[in-house]
Amino acid sequence: METPVITTRQLCKDYGSLRAVSNLDLEIRKGEIFGLLGPNGAGKSTTILMILGLTEPTSGQVSACGYDPATSPIEVKKRVGYLPDHVGFYDNMTGLENLCHIARLNRMKGDIRNTALRFLQKVGLEAAAHRKAGTYSRGMKQRLGLADVLVREPEVIILDEPTLGIDPAGVRDFLQLIRELSREQGLTVLLSSHHLHQVQQVCDRVGIFVRGSLIARGDIPSLSETLHQGQPFTVEAEISGSTAPGNPPVKEQLLALEGVSDVTYDNGKIQVYCSDDITPVIARTLVTSGLDVSYLCKKEYGLDDIYQRYFEGNYETNRNMA
Amino acid sequence: MRLTAIWHNRIFPALKSNVRAASPSPSPFMVMVRKEMSDHIRSWRFIVLLLMILLTCFGSLYISITHLPEALSNANDPNRDFVFLKLLTASDGSLPPFHVLLGFLGPLLGIGMGFDAVNSEQNNGTLIRVMAQPIPRDYLINAKFTGAIAVIALMFVSLSLLLTGLGMIITGLSPSFEEVLRIAAFVFICIVYVAFWLNLSILFSVKFRRAATSALTAIAVWLFFTVFYQIIIGMTARAFAAPAGSRGSYMLQKFLVTLIDIAPGKLFTDATSTLLIPSVRSLGPLSIRQMQGAIPSSLSFTDSLMVVWPQLTGLIAATIVCFSISYYLFMRREIR
Repeated sequence: METPVITTRQLCKDYGSLRAVSNLDLEIRKGEIFGLLGPNGAGKSTTILMILGLTEPTSGQVSACGYDPATSPIEVKKRVGYLPDHVGFYDNMTGLENLCHIARLNRMKGDIRNTALRFLQKVGLEAAAHRKAGTYSRGMKQRLGLADVLVREPEVIILDEPTLGIDPAGVRDFLQLIRELSREQGLTVLLSSHHLHQVQQVCDRVGIFVRGSLIARGDIPSLSETLHQGQPFTVEAEISGSTAPGNPPVKEQLLALEGVSDVTYDNGKIQVYCSDDITPVIARTLVTSGLDVSYLCKKEYGLDDIYQRYFEGNYETNRNMA
Repeated sequence: MRLTAIWHNRIFPALKSNVRAASPSPSPFMVMVRKEMSDHIRSWRFIVLLLMILLTCFGSLYISITHLPEALSNANDPNRDFVFLKLLTASDGSLPPFHVLLGFLGPLLGIGMGFDAVNSEQNNGTLIRVMAQPIPRDYLINAKFTGAIAVIALMFVSLSLLLTGLGMIITGLSPSFEEVLRIAAFVFICIVYVAFWLNLSILFSVKFRRAATSALTAIAVWLFFTVFYQIIIGMTARAFAAPAGSRGSYMLQKFLVTLIDIAPGKLFTDATSTLLIPSVRSLGPLSIRQMQGAIPSSLSFTDSLMVVWPQLTGLIAATIVCFSISYYLFMRREIR
């Protein structure tokens, strides 16, 4: 395993009484694309700001490219490029001028103008290079933001919600571009998102972030395993006729079946969680119990469902806390 | 002037590149200052403010020139030797003289250039992008201040040179060394005065997220000091009026006069009128005994400077206080 570029140890951040990030241990290896997934307000942006040294952690340690952002933020910022979620440009300057300004702030040497033009070409904005940044569309601004991050030639780039507000085709192109650039230049990429679908296209590893803690991490297949822990299948059945609300009538029988781990009942629908595909067995059980089965469906967990389930779980816990 | 030259060389190093062939890339701070300056110069806001100041300048110049002959022929006037100072101060009452008008326009200029300094960057999302660059955080607020003050200084210096030049063409006289010193000191005080309002509005731009709120607050402070401050002090004076002639009444009067005197606008008018009208000998109340035997003559430049020293230090102190508070707030704030 290669040496990690970014590590956090027991990282915590409090905003008043609210714990935005709690005991985060994260390792990002060199050259990988790591996706930080989580709902809004999970603490993704706060974590990113702490990695960059733009916010001080309440406790715990961060190390980025071998430096501590809390004590030497400038060294970290020299090596880490950051694209914020609502990136803005100086509207009265052209895209090229915006890029040149950033290049000068980074004390870049040589022909800044040509370097900037080269990066604009790379992100496909060469036609709009001389237009005022104020006239750019959202997707173009995002591309300009990427050029802005790349022009500094960083070792690591951090993208906060890079796909926000871009149309689906734009998202695909944008993520493809990030992947190509990362592979081409051996860049380490950390990107945060709340769209699992988009992220799974490009990420080598993802971490799921809920309420300030990382609840799962790994590549997508192993993640799916971790998240299901023996419940990769769900069978949903609907019983017609009047049944009493509360426990499903056949819960005991179903639980007694081999491979069934849980049974829930909601809105007239029975959900059976099981480790193997035992749909026929369940159907037989229901029918022999004398129930009128009007609908039976085997659900395989897609990543989206996993994700949904965790976020709903998160919502539940929040509601319980309130 | 030398300072301006140094600034110029630092800000526009490209012009000197033939002298230093392998010039290092400019420091990020200078890059930011240069950007601020070009932003100001190109903005409509600055052009409008500049036009207003030019209009005032030439309006009052026109009036003072038409009244110059009578002002200079008045044998009782101890200031009649100072033709160029007369150009800046003579008036027939239809338009206040230039330095009084600047007392009104200066705050507007300062507020206009600073009220959205930080909050507009934050609202546009450029603040966090700049903060993610490898530069210290205070560069931004320092550059905002330096850029604006450099533009203002450039404007006042060129304006005063223009005025003096026009005066030379129209009257055919050349200014004395003392007049040059006095005008230079006047320009310096103007710059400090505008810098005070600039810093106050930068302070509000750090404090308030919305540009409109910060502009309105700055204008409210300005209005308070120009209009209501005197009224409130006057009302207080009447309410606490002690029997005339008593020691308590004298102390109270003195205290209230001091309060009126420390309003920034008053500091500016006091300082500039003393410098531009050499016969002004004191800014506080004088007793009959002190006045007795005084010959109506003009003071030397150093004496005038001594008279306005408290005003000058007061203005500079107020400017520094405003800047320190905005610096502190900016360094402490969450930049998201």
